[in-house]
Amino acid sequence: MTATITPGDLGQPDLTPMSTKVARKLGSPWGRAMVWILAALWTVPTMGLFISSFRPEDDIKSNGWWNWFTEPGNVTTKNYTDVLQDKVYGLPFSDFFWNTVRIAIPSAIIPIIIAAFAAYAFSWMKFKGRDTLFVIVVGLMVVPLQMCLIPLLKFFGGNYFPDMLAGTTTVWIAHAIFGMPLAIFLLKNFIGSLPSEVIEAARVDGATHLTIFTRIVLPLSVPALASLGIFQFLWVWNDLLVAKVFGGGAENQPMTFALVDMVGNKGNEWQILTAGAFITMIVPLIVFLSLQRYFVRGLLAGSVKG
Amino acid sequence: MFEIVKSLLVVGAGILGFLAIIGGLYWLASQLKEPWRERARVAVFVGPALVLLIGLVLPALINFRYSFNDRQGDWYGLGNYKFIFTDENSIIVLRNTVWWGVVVTVFSTVIGIIIARFADRMRGEPIAKALIFLPTAISMVGAGVIWNFVYSPKQYGLLNSLWQKLPGEQETQFWLQDNKFFGVESSFIPGINTFFIMVVIIWIQAGFSTVVISAALKGVPDDLVEAAKIDGATDRQAFYKVVLPYIKGTIITVATTTTIAVLKIFDIIQTMGKGGSFDTSTIANEMYEQGFPQDNEGRGAAWAVLLFLAVVPIVFVNARNQKAMREGR
Repeated sequence: MTATITPGDLGQPDLTPMSTKVARKLGSPWGRAMVWILAALWTVPTMGLFISSFRPEDDIKSNGWWNWFTEPGNVTTKNYTDVLQDKVYGLPFSDFFWNTVRIAIPSAIIPIIIAAFAAYAFSWMKFKGRDTLFVIVVGLMVVPLQMCLIPLLKFFGGNYFPDMLAGTTTVWIAHAIFGMPLAIFLLKNFIGSLPSEVIEAARVDGATHLTIFTRIVLPLSVPALASLGIFQFLWVWNDLLVAKVFGGGAENQPMTFALVDMVGNKGNEWQILTAGAFITMIVPLIVFLSLQRYFVRGLLAGSVKG
Repeated sequence: MFEIVKSLLVVGAGILGFLAIIGGLYWLASQLKEPWRERARVAVFVGPALVLLIGLVLPALINFRYSFNDRQGDWYGLGNYKFIFTDENSIIVLRNTVWWGVVVTVFSTVIGIIIARFADRMRGEPIAKALIFLPTAISMVGAGVIWNFVYSPKQYGLLNSLWQKLPGEQETQFWLQDNKFFGVESSFIPGINTFFIMVVIIWIQAGFSTVVISAALKGVPDDLVEAAKIDGATDRQAFYKVVLPYIKGTIITVATTTTIAVLKIFDIIQTMGKGGSFDTSTIANEMYEQGFPQDNEGRGAAWAVLLFLAVVPIVFVNARNQKAMREGR
């Protein structure tokens, strides 16, 4: 058995080691050269942005970033300190960074906890209509979140929803709603495939559902939870649409919002745009480089998100 | 400093508050007598998820109803749909979306196959694949800024610099504002600007296709390939006749998943097409523009319904393919 790595799948809890394979070549020197050319092409745009973000404003505006290689001593961090102070709707860009943090962490954690509880119930609790309900949940993955934006915004703005929770909280709730079908589906597949002997043994010993869930299921599901958590976190971190619709005023908006506004109003001020764009990318890049395994699995599993 | 503390407090309060509610409810459920105790515990476990799912189903149904309303919220019948299929700008939106779905899906899947094939077991394979996968991590807004810089008409725009190196006198090109296709204005083909924005999404999506297809390639049994080669097949023949058919299911998965993602393209149009100016709008972008800045809930809702209808058949193909793959295993 090979390790499955497919969209819509968090893998199996009990992975057998990958079989070792004998060398088999279907490539050619030309093919390999092409791969490296593509890899270089893929990197150049990001590299251009990165280099430019450290060049002085006059340099950026007078010639292309590739000229930096002729005088690599000309670097500055002024663009970064400037962009953090740069005002969007009267607020410094650094505020938007913290807004993103405030939005992204609960929006990643809360839906996954809720989905894990539900996935446990769908796997190991007995109740009427369980399987039908699960089929409906899976079916809901078809619904694009765009279908819910207008009615949901009306609900949040209406009398049924307390005013004091408007803003960041509504963004959390919206992300939790939109992430739910996929998270339940993925976690049910994982938690449902845990060995039933373990669960049964605990039950015989008199453990309650909450004990089994927190002491056995959650620890065994850490890789799946990590992958899904990373996916959901990055999805929310990079989101523009949900925050734009539900976030209300600029004081609740994430960095993506501020960056789009800068593109519109300061489209040629590349000294702040390059640094600003790079600040939005730092966290995803750190996650990518440090947690690549979970990251890849999470992104692939989540790629079917609605 | 104040912002950091405030953020931590808000985040902590949100998560702890939520955990406290679940714990409290479970405790309450445990106070009941059987059989109600077990039922109440089930309710605590699935209840929160069900509440959120109702928050998905109900708005989606209401959205269908809204799509028959006009701007004021009065009954408008099929008016919005009629408008979408007759209005000149709306037809441009529909046309763009179809092209988006086809071009981006084909290119990112084919690039994924090429890289996965030639990178397989090559020296430095993980590095090459990581470089190609990297754009998947960043936001579409960030990607939009990266490529706005590449396409800039100023002397620091990479593409224009290369363009002007071509022999002869070359004019500066405004790539993202050119809504003609090499000077041709046609209602069937989007402007060159749309294709330049598509490049960005291909740049993002190719990493996804590469990684998925690459994993599938490694699952192709060695004996199959060996047997073909012993029978005299060249590498190329072995790849096209043996390997590719073997991973057909994975390729369909990649293509359908990409198409669904592309149909929902929004952020990139906001960042690179100035919210759909210069004929760059797509269905999901138009849904937002009509529903919120234009404040026309009926029309926004109708665009959302169209998006839903476009996604359904592709999800269906995807699901059938997944089922076939599981059974074939």
